[in-house]
This record gives sequence, structure tokens and C-alpha cells, in this order.
Amino acid sequence: MKHTLLIASLVLLSLPTLAQKKPATTAKKPVASAVSATALTSGKKVYTQNCLTCHMADGGGVQNMNPPLSKTSYVLGDKTRLINVLLNGMEDQEIDGESYQNVMPAHDFLTDQQIADVLTYVRNSFGNKASAVQVGEVKTARAAKKK
Amino acid sequence: MKNTLTRLLLPTAAVAGSLALYALTPPARVVPDADNAGLKLPAGFGALVAAETGARARHLTVTPQGVVYVKLSRVKDGKGILTLHPTSTGKATIAGGFGGYGGTGMYNKDGYLYASSDEDVYRYKLDNKGEVTNPTQPEKIITGLINRKQHESKSVVLDNSGNIYVNVGAYSNSCQERDRRPGSMGMPNCPVLDSAGGIWQFKANKLNQKYGDGLRYATGLRNVVGLDWNQQDNKLFVMQHGRDQLHTLFPDKYTEKESAQFPAECMYALDKGDNAGWPYIYYNQEVNKKMMAPEYGGDGKKTVDDKYIDPAAAYPAHMAPNGLLFYTGSMFPEKYKNGAFIAFHGSWNRAPEPQKGYFVVFQPFKNGKPSGNWEVFADNFAGSPEKAASGRADHRPCGLAQGPDGSLYVSDDVKGTIYRIVYNKK
Ligand code: HEC
Repeated sequence: MKHTLLIASLVLLSLPTLAQKKPATTAKKPVASAVSATALTSGKKVYTQNCLTCHMADGGGVQNMNPPLSKTSYVLGDKTRLINVLLNGMEDQEIDGESYQNVMPAHDFLTDQQIADVLTYVRNSFGNKASAVQVGEVKTARAAKKK
Repeated sequence: MKNTLTRLLLPTAAVAGSLALYALTPPARVVPDADNAGLKLPAGFGALVAAETGARARHLTVTPQGVVYVKLSRVKDGKGILTLHPTSTGKATIAGGFGGYGGTGMYNKDGYLYASSDEDVYRYKLDNKGEVTNPTQPEKIITGLINRKQHESKSVVLDNSGNIYVNVGAYSNSCQERDRRPGSMGMPNCPVLDSAGGIWQFKANKLNQKYGDGLRYATGLRNVVGLDWNQQDNKLFVMQHGRDQLHTLFPDKYTEKESAQFPAECMYALDKGDNAGWPYIYYNQEVNKKMMAPEYGGDGKKTVDDKYIDPAAAYPAHMAPNGLLFYTGSMFPEKYKNGAFIAFHGSWNRAPEPQKGYFVVFQPFKNGKPSGNWEVFADNFAGSPEKAASGRADHRPCGLAQGPDGSLYVSDDVKGTIYRIVYNKK
């Protein structure tokens, strides 16, 4: 089981690399390479348990209630800002011109590793493609919050 | 002289007379759309798209003259209320709009139109054609109701004694110390209930009433969107949105399946002073018991027997009942008379289980009480069973209203379609 997953994710990960090979002059993108299969697998687990109920299995959210997680400025933007959405929760903010009635509870009970993994998963699912979130980045954001 | 006058007057009178006649004679028969507007209906019923508003249409109401008013959750082109005029085919034309505020509540009674924002309730005077006479100067009758985004809508309905009832939804899921945080326990003496989580009664004709001028008519109701006055029973009936997330908040006490299955969406018949028990209890429709909420020590098995009222009827979980209407018309067959239509907006909180709802249900009533099993009356607002299961519905039914001829109007707050359902069998 673990084996198949690994192979599957290897295939998945090699796809963008292949695509990048064509124009030989393109600068190397560190993006895909930094995303590990283990982070994606454990990130998906965290997502299913904690986020899916509101943001839905397809990351499409619920009109008027919960925002989508596909290609939003929060998901694809500054990582510290994104980490802080999970650490502090979020309420009453407009997201890409839309407002939502539900609340985003703080998820500071998740470990640094779990937060890094779930955000890496979100940033590489639902049509998103962005760099991984590192445990160190979560640690730093959490420490800054405590001050 | 006299002759010329009569000669002049006669044709005018004749024209005026025939115009009046034309206006008074209802169209011989409203013709449903060939595809019944995409809806699945019982035999003999048909549906048409009365109008496409392209806006998030919440509650709606139809005056005795057939003018339809639709409340929008967000202002569109400066308008929060749309005016729809009937035409002879049964379709309606969007004649204009007013009321530069978003909201949900929309009701008309005895020559007044009532509308709510998420904080205030307004009323407008209607003339004998069903037109609003003071679109820019409504009377603000209630003001300063709490709005903290979650469960923001203020639905309204009137009784026959000059009172208006307003829902103030709880700004919380289950009154946890930290809202929707896994494992967080419930606050003792839930403070939300002081200003929300119930139905408030005010006078329909008094200006600028605040909480202190009204009466907390019933409490322990998490969020009510659909409500109506039952004329047979002379009583307020409401539909509560049950609490969310039993599993994600208390994973060791509830499975994902149980979380999708419970709690029931409940219909309550309310008397002054009633307490329906939120946040301390929820209702299990399988065993027909009030269960202690996990935030207050429940475990999925502990029941609560006293204190709180029982629902009048209970429906499957998370289907989001947003509209309630007692049918008093005579177009539909006898069995529908005085029964309840309920618009189930459709769920999101059943994930990863398939979503449910996106239909209008009929609940038979006898002598002012639910009697017999409910049935799906109008289905397929979602567009397909797959779209309903995934929650990616094309349309979601929200408001219900009865036309003067007895047809049933349904609003949709995804695309703003206004449906009109008619009975055509003789
Ligand atoms: C109870 C429902 C709920 C849960 C559970 C939840 N969220 Fe949210 N989330 C929301 C809502 C509502 C907002 C928007 C809040 C606002 O409008 O200010 C939001 C906002 C966000 C945003 C920023 C806006 C955007 O759309 O990009 C991100 C990112 C996000 N959530 C990720 C997550 C992740 C990851 C999890 C699981 C660890 C999670 N959420 C769990 C309801 C929820």
C-alpha cells in the first residue's frame, strides 16, 4: 500500500519535471521539487479530519459560508500570512472580493508538522501549484505570535 | 353638448372597463415550461421559470394583486428588493427595485410590505395595486439586532394581532468556549441566548424598537430561517437549522456517519416562553429523543427528558430548511390545504458523506398538527443527483410564497431563479 502510494506520487511529481525539460533554457523551478510525497500524504489526512467538513473534498468551499481553497490569494500568497490563518483563525474578512458567513476556527492545536503538511497539501491540490510549507516556517510564525 | 360628452366618455369608459376586466380576469391557465423549469413534480403539477433575477434571491412574498417582492442577500445595482410584475402568461417581468440593503426577510400583510436587513426590520406601505408607495422612505420598525455574520439572517412573519416575529440566529455553532474548535466545551448559561438564539416578538406598527421594546418569545433555537404563522392553529411554526460538526468537534464520541446523520432538522410549534434547548441538547430523529450535546457532557447516548419542548416534526440532518409556508390556497388538491411546504436549501455539513436536500418537501397537517409522513414535492433544483451529492447544486431553494391564485413561488439563491409551481389537472 505504502509502496503504491510512493510510486504514484513519484509519477505525479515527475510529470511537471518532464514538462519543464522541453524548453531547456527555462530557469529551474524549485517549486515541485520541494514538495515531498510524505508531506502530501499526511497533509491529506490532516485535511480530511479537520478541514474537509467546511472547505469540502474538492476544496471548492460552500457558497456564502466557507471560501474555496483553490487559487485564492491566501493559499497561493505569502506563506506567513497563510500559516497565521491556521494559527489564529479568521473571521469577517473579504476573500478575493467575496464575504463568508462562517468562521474559520484557530487550528493552533495542530502540531507544526501537521500545519506544514496540510498547507503543503492545500498548496498542491485543487488546481494549486506552489512551494511546500516548511516546519521551520510554522515554528517561526508560532514563536512570533507568542511574543 | 350632453351628446358629445357621452360620445366622448362612452368609448373611454368602455376602454377603461375592458382594461379593468382584463386586469381582474386571471389568465385562463398559466402554462408550465415544457421541461417544468427542470423540476421533478408530482403528477398534475407543472412549473415555470417566472423570472431570472441573476441575484441571490432569499425570501419572497406575493401581494393579493400578484406583485412579487424578492429580498436579495446582497445589494445588486443598488437594490436589495426586486419588484416583479405578473404578465398574462404567468411569467413575471422585473419592474424595478429599491431598498439598498441586503437581507433575507420579506413578508406582506394588510397593506404593508416588511423587509429585513441583517440588523433592522423595515416596513413599506402598499397601495391598492400592490405597489410600494414609499420606496425610499420606509419606516424602520426594529433596529440594532445582533449580526455577527454566522446565522445572520433575520426572517420575519406576522400574527393576526399586530405582532411581528423575528428570528435572531445564534452567532455560534454550539456555544463552545471557542467556537467550532475540536474538544472545546460549552459555556455555562450560554450567554449567546441573551440577544440571539431565539425568536423575538415586536409590534408591527411601532418605530425604532430595540431589544428592550420587544419580547424574547421563544429561546433555545440555534438558527431559524424558515417560519410561518399557522392560521388553523393560530400559532408560530419555525424550522431550526440543527448544529454542525458532531464528528469533527468530538471525534471520539461520534463517527463521520453519525455526524452526517444527526441531529435532526426540527420543526417547532412555539408558544410564548418556550425553550427548544439549544445549545444544551440536539434531537435524534431515529430514537425520537432529545440528546445531551457533547459540549455539555453528552456522549451520543445520554438523553434529556424534561425542560425543553419536543419538535412537532423532525427531518434528516443538515438539509438546511430555509423556507416554511402553510398552504391556504385552493389551486392544489385538497390534501395540500393547510399543510406545510418546506424549502430545504441543501447541506454542506454532511461531507464526506453525500450531501442532501435541494428540494421542497410537503408535510401533511391535520387540525394544525403534522400528520403523516413528509414527502419530497419538488425535486432536482440541483440539476442532477450527482450535483446534489457533491453539494455543487445549480439552484438551491430558499424562500416560499403563495400567489393569489394559489400557485407556489420558490426562490433560488444561487442563480436567482424564481419558480412558479401550478396545478393543472382538472
Ligand atoms: C468550521 C469551518 C472551517 C474549518 C473546519 C476550516 N475552515 Fe478554513 N475557513 C473557513 C471560513 C469560514 C473562512 C473564511 C473566514 C472569513 O471570511 O474571514 C476560512 C478561511 C480559510 C483560508 C483563507 C481564505 C482562503 O479561502 O484561501 C484558508 C487558507 C483556510 N481557511 C484553510 C483551512 C484549512 C487548511 C483548514 C483545516 C486545517 C480549515 N481551513 C478548516 C471555515 C473553516
